Amino acid sequence: MTSQIVIDPITRLEGHGRIHIFLDDGGDVDHAYLQIPELRGFEKFAQGRRAEDMPQITSRICGVCPMAHHMAGTKALDDLYHVDPPAAAKKVREMVYDAFMVEDHALHFFFLGGPDFVVGPTAPKAERNILGVLGKVGLEIGKEVIGFRKEIRGLISEASGKVIHPVFGLPGGISQPISSELRDGFVAGAAHAVEFSRFSLQIFRDVVLANPEYVELITSEAYTHRTYYMGLMDEQNRTNFYDGRLRVVDPDGKEFLSFAANEYLDHVAEHIEPWSYLKFAYLKDVGWQGFTDGPDSGVFAVAPLARLNAADAMSTPLAQEAAEEMFSTLGGKPVHHTLATHWARLVEMMNAAEQMVELAADPEITSPDVRTIPTETPTVGIGVVEAPRGTLIHHYETDERGIITQANLIVATQNNAARIALSVDKAAKALVHGPGVDEGLLNEVEMAFRAYDPCFGCATHSLPGEMPLIVEIHDSRGELVRRIRRD
Amino acid sequence: MKPKVAFYWCASCGGCEEAVVDLAEDVLAVVEAVDIVFWPVAMDYKLSDVEALDDDELAVSFINGAIRTSEQREVVELLRRKSGAVVAFGACAWLGGIPGLANLSSATSILEFVYRESPSTPDGDGVRPLEETEVPEGRLVLPHFDEDVRTLDQVIEVDYYLPGCPPPASLIAQAVTAIVEGKLPEKGSVLAPDVALCAECPRADTKPEDLKVGAFHRPYEVIADPETCLLAQGIVCLGPATRSGCDAVCMRANMPCTGCMGPTSRVIDHGAKALSAIASLIESRDRDEIAVLAEQIVDPVGTFYRYSLPASLLHRRVDAASATTSGSAKS
Repeated sequence: MTSQIVIDPITRLEGHGRIHIFLDDGGDVDHAYLQIPELRGFEKFAQGRRAEDMPQITSRICGVCPMAHHMAGTKALDDLYHVDPPAAAKKVREMVYDAFMVEDHALHFFFLGGPDFVVGPTAPKAERNILGVLGKVGLEIGKEVIGFRKEIRGLISEASGKVIHPVFGLPGGISQPISSELRDGFVAGAAHAVEFSRFSLQIFRDVVLANPEYVELITSEAYTHRTYYMGLMDEQNRTNFYDGRLRVVDPDGKEFLSFAANEYLDHVAEHIEPWSYLKFAYLKDVGWQGFTDGPDSGVFAVAPLARLNAADAMSTPLAQEAAEEMFSTLGGKPVHHTLATHWARLVEMMNAAEQMVELAADPEITSPDVRTIPTETPTVGIGVVEAPRGTLIHHYETDERGIITQANLIVATQNNAARIALSVDKAAKALVHGPGVDEGLLNEVEMAFRAYDPCFGCATHSLPGEMPLIVEIHDSRGELVRRIRRD
Repeated sequence: MKPKVAFYWCASCGGCEEAVVDLAEDVLAVVEAVDIVFWPVAMDYKLSDVEALDDDELAVSFINGAIRTSEQREVVELLRRKSGAVVAFGACAWLGGIPGLANLSSATSILEFVYRESPSTPDGDGVRPLEETEVPEGRLVLPHFDEDVRTLDQVIEVDYYLPGCPPPASLIAQAVTAIVEGKLPEKGSVLAPDVALCAECPRADTKPEDLKVGAFHRPYEVIADPETCLLAQGIVCLGPATRSGCDAVCMRANMPCTGCMGPTSRVIDHGAKALSAIASLIESRDRDEIAVLAEQIVDPVGTFYRYSLPASLLHRRVDAASATTSGSAKS
């Protein structure tokens, strides 16, 4: 008799989701589905809005990564109005963006994903959270984590207006220059960020790498997929979060594609399934072959591990050192182990911190020249950034007054959606045997998606309504035997 | 015994959750003072944990986000039953917020765009998400979407409102303190100062007493002086029609107020109030000149009702073609 397990809602992520596990007659997993039962209407209600409002409207897709949407939108406006911002404006945007990457990655490591390792994957659910982390690492370190995020988010607020829903992005630049006092704040914050990244990498070594069980978990086949990887790169194919060309490497790590953001429709398309509101992006060049990995499947990944896999090198020295340590420990590039994303996230935190140091020291960073007034008629604008959770593309079309006639958004978690679906299914098959599984084991199934730091809020920007995570276990006759739900 | 508290999200972005996390070390003080028994973004408690509580056992539930699905209705009704007080947390729960702009489109037309018209969705196969799908292993279901976005108090009774997108940290801290100390104001209160934002704007001194506008400029068309009243520079700023309490952070960043703090208590319809406040600034009495100025405000709904469409007298657009069509994704 087949059983079903439903985990609802999945927790410690942005947005809502549900895992539905079908068991076969022997009690093993037949198939596990990750369903996203929410949708909002951003692309539709963008129609009719002023183009310059899009960076502020689309930031409301996600209050955890509002800066990513704000910046992708602002860059799309540069393109829409065919305007090149002054160098100082670009540098300020990138510095603020790097600060955002640092604090957002810190949020995930300490608040969302980290509790699984620091407190333990099967620890009691009441402890698997930031408070449990504080209990484990001590209040002093806890206060450092909280104080650090406060410092960096304060700097972002001052530069961009509001850390949750920034307002400073305009076509052709930013609304205000950086004062010398604020520059000093960024210099100090950047130095702190480098130290904080070093400290976070050390926690990872001490807590995760020093524990053979965790290393075994990370490298186990249950959490491994051989897919394509995508990321934004500078001219030397080094990681860049703010600008560059999109590069895709194949499952062997060889360059497969390199293209500009405005060519995205030639290479990325979205597959639709009737059982989820989330669309599944895939590489058009390979095609949709279903939920499967390997070189013949168009399934690809974005986010920290994918970016490291897709890059020839990190753009800064300490991050490069950290990346080399990761690749040599895990058997070379590319690394296909999903849970290694947690490590790659900390490597990127260092990368963003070092970039901040460089930009904060740039003499041009306080230049008052931060705006170029657009003069050309708007037509089509496409902007891309690397959100913490992966490649994010905003595409706007307008009438001659700059009123949106069409908006299309490809967000990070959509790019990862197919691989996340694969990950949940594979982890469930490896871990769940029979309907009587305990809550800790189901958390290990959840870890398969949590590593991606998915944002289902972002991914389902398309229609209002969100929903919690449910896991349902059904028997082979389709009878529900167990339903676990979290809201 | 410590008061029990729940945080929950509906149709929202997670920014309200981040605003709570942004209380930083103060959040540790909150954790000391109350028992958080439900908070999906940060904790692994389940809905069954809430179901197991006695009625009114929760001192307060902070609920953010607008309401769009039957599922959300069920959860907020459950939280209402279990809570002594419910706080509509943030612009979406209070007024509908930016996701409330979806009331400009029918649910059907949204589904049509996302799953057919979008340029990255290949034509042809016609697959759409369905409320029920038979997969080889069994049946999968998705929730039903209502035709419109509603505010929290259009679904359940609400005791207090915290304004803002997201609510400012100082207002959250004050609200939590008031709850912990049992010093709550009159039911139905908005927990923020009840005066217009101009009162706390650093540019207030430069706002002419008899302010008149000869031309409206869109924010990207001009480089705004960082110290002068933005309205006096012809940039539409909703400060005069919007509640204070945010410390005028947008104007401090040289950008206009877009109204996320909502109206003061004397205003029924925030958008209508904002529209009349701006229209009253038009200097000309000449019909043609007024028409030119009105044309400069290219998106009145998106400008004046950006955060409050579901709460407004308008509530939603009804197209003749879609008025009778259900927004659900039925097969």
